[in-house]
Amino acid sequence: MQVLQVIFSGVAQGCIYGLIALGFVLIYKATETVTFAQGELMMLGAFAGLGCVTYLGWPFGVAVVVSMLVMACIGWLIERVVINPVLGEPAFAIVMLTIGVGYVARGLVTMIPNIGTETHNLPVPYADISFQWGSLVLGATQLVVMASTAVLCGLLYLMFKYSRVGIAMQATSQNQLAAYYMGIPVKRLNSLVWALAAVVATIAGLLLAPITFVHANMGFIGLKAFPAAVVGGFGSLPGAIVGGILIGVVESLSGFWLPEGFKDVAAYVVVLLMLVFKPNGLFGDNLRKKV
Amino acid sequence: MRFIFKTSYQQDIQLARHGGHVFWYGLLLWGLVTAPWWLQEYWLTQLIFVMIYSIMGLGLMLLAGFTGLFSIGNAAFMGVGAYVAAVLSAHGTPFPLTLALAAGLSALVGAVVGLPALRVKGIFLGIATLSFGFIVEEGLARWESVTGGNAGIHVKAMVFGSWKVDSAASFYAVCLGVTVLSTLFVLNVLRSSTGRAFVAIRDSEVSAQSMGIHLAYYKTLSFMLSAALAGVGGALYAHKMQFISPEQFGILQSIDLLLMVVIGGLGSVHGAFLGALFLITLPQFITLGKDYLPAVIGQAPGLQSLVYGLVLIAFVMFEPMGLYGRWLKIRTWFELFPFYRKGMFKRQKSFQKSDRLK
Repeated sequence: MQVLQVIFSGVAQGCIYGLIALGFVLIYKATETVTFAQGELMMLGAFAGLGCVTYLGWPFGVAVVVSMLVMACIGWLIERVVINPVLGEPAFAIVMLTIGVGYVARGLVTMIPNIGTETHNLPVPYADISFQWGSLVLGATQLVVMASTAVLCGLLYLMFKYSRVGIAMQATSQNQLAAYYMGIPVKRLNSLVWALAAVVATIAGLLLAPITFVHANMGFIGLKAFPAAVVGGFGSLPGAIVGGILIGVVESLSGFWLPEGFKDVAAYVVVLLMLVFKPNGLFGDNLRKKV
Repeated sequence: MRFIFKTSYQQDIQLARHGGHVFWYGLLLWGLVTAPWWLQEYWLTQLIFVMIYSIMGLGLMLLAGFTGLFSIGNAAFMGVGAYVAAVLSAHGTPFPLTLALAAGLSALVGAVVGLPALRVKGIFLGIATLSFGFIVEEGLARWESVTGGNAGIHVKAMVFGSWKVDSAASFYAVCLGVTVLSTLFVLNVLRSSTGRAFVAIRDSEVSAQSMGIHLAYYKTLSFMLSAALAGVGGALYAHKMQFISPEQFGILQSIDLLLMVVIGGLGSVHGAFLGALFLITLPQFITLGKDYLPAVIGQAPGLQSLVYGLVLIAFVMFEPMGLYGRWLKIRTWFELFPFYRKGMFKRQKSFQKSDRLK
């Protein structure tokens, strides 16, 4: 029974990884750039929520919506100001750029007097509720994480399947040039994708906040989302969530069965094995150029 | 303006292309050799750090700048070298042997990392090396019987027979010697067929392969050489710091190394040195500038990471060739005066090329 409990918390943790990975994958799919700033976006989102709830005293629901909107603007701005001018440069230049963005975000948050260097608790209405199911204790925070992930995935699926914007994004991700010729505003879509990724990151941040607290270095968890994205196949949206859950479960199980220390590297061992044996990931598409 | 009149094929691969090179690099070397006599000890220490980081930068430059394989885990190799030095010097091993073993073991580790490099490329390789870096860092922290775990380990001074390297000047001399040797080594690799194979792989794997270059061999070799140089740098770093712990070789150190080669200028040996110089002097400038800023900004703990980020963004956006690229432009301006045009180094805008199609 204890194993089930461990798996349960692993799935909840994995959903967070999956949500951050979802941001990577959204951006990678649409613009072919890999961002290292996703964790920092998540951190900014959590701080935005914290600001709304603690310092402005708004109700939690309003704070969630407002911080999502604010972060969408920030994501859009980052793309406009920093990423867009260097599109077409080698992929690694853009990676370095996003590392720079991450540094700036972390630096700026740390510079806020009295707030940036502290660790905060985000008061959420569902913090201390838990359910008993057999011998299993299901915390509301974890259930909320899972439920929100499921809802978000459903919404994204519907958007990509049925809405005009979603279909346009799919077209851009398959071939930017062809999409441009078809009259799709590729540049505007790229900005929109960044905004969307920032919103997803904010949701991840707000969900993570009751579990690990809010602080300037919480963005480093984003580094664990890379394995999630790779295991799922870097270009696949459902893959990101599945990969995240897989990584989360492996991590908590290795914390349960293996000696201390393995928990921290389990994700990376999994991703190395994946890259050696199946570089395309679980759901990755195997495209080959025909010369 | 200088025109080089080539009279033999040897001239194409000569290390010093013309008299100017001989003169200026000779002057630089002379200045460096005599530095202990005219430089304060504080600045000598900074110079030592510049050299140590240059050696590691040379390694990463070989890998990232010349072979096109980006590693976000080079600090792991550095860590291996550092711990080899720490453990061996505790047993009184002479430092040439320590350095050689540090390089050798790091190279072996590098060969292991090279394995995924044969199957993945681009960002996936970055993630593979990142993961590897985490695993090595955790391994160093957990293998307590040898590495002392998270508590760290003290490193004794270098010894060679009866000569003990304990003063700043003698350590500087050792560092200078190792730096010069590493630089010559990298330059020689680059002008040999191996170096040309590296560059060919960077520019296009498909065409390199069709010219008969064995990708697996050269990629692994590149990883090994890079790791060996990082190991040598790590060994010197350990002796300089005299105390090492696993978190000095984590992701932040790896990103620092990358930042160094990107800011210095990818694909140039000069870039490694300029980047190291930049990386070491930037904190000093930040400390100097702190007093002139209002206290809210100047004394804030996040200032350094903010400046790092802004500088990195500025370089990638406005000077993709780094400090060395800027220097090239300045030099060309003087060489062509008054005929320098603004668009001479302009690169063509292109649509994003897909990484997903192999």
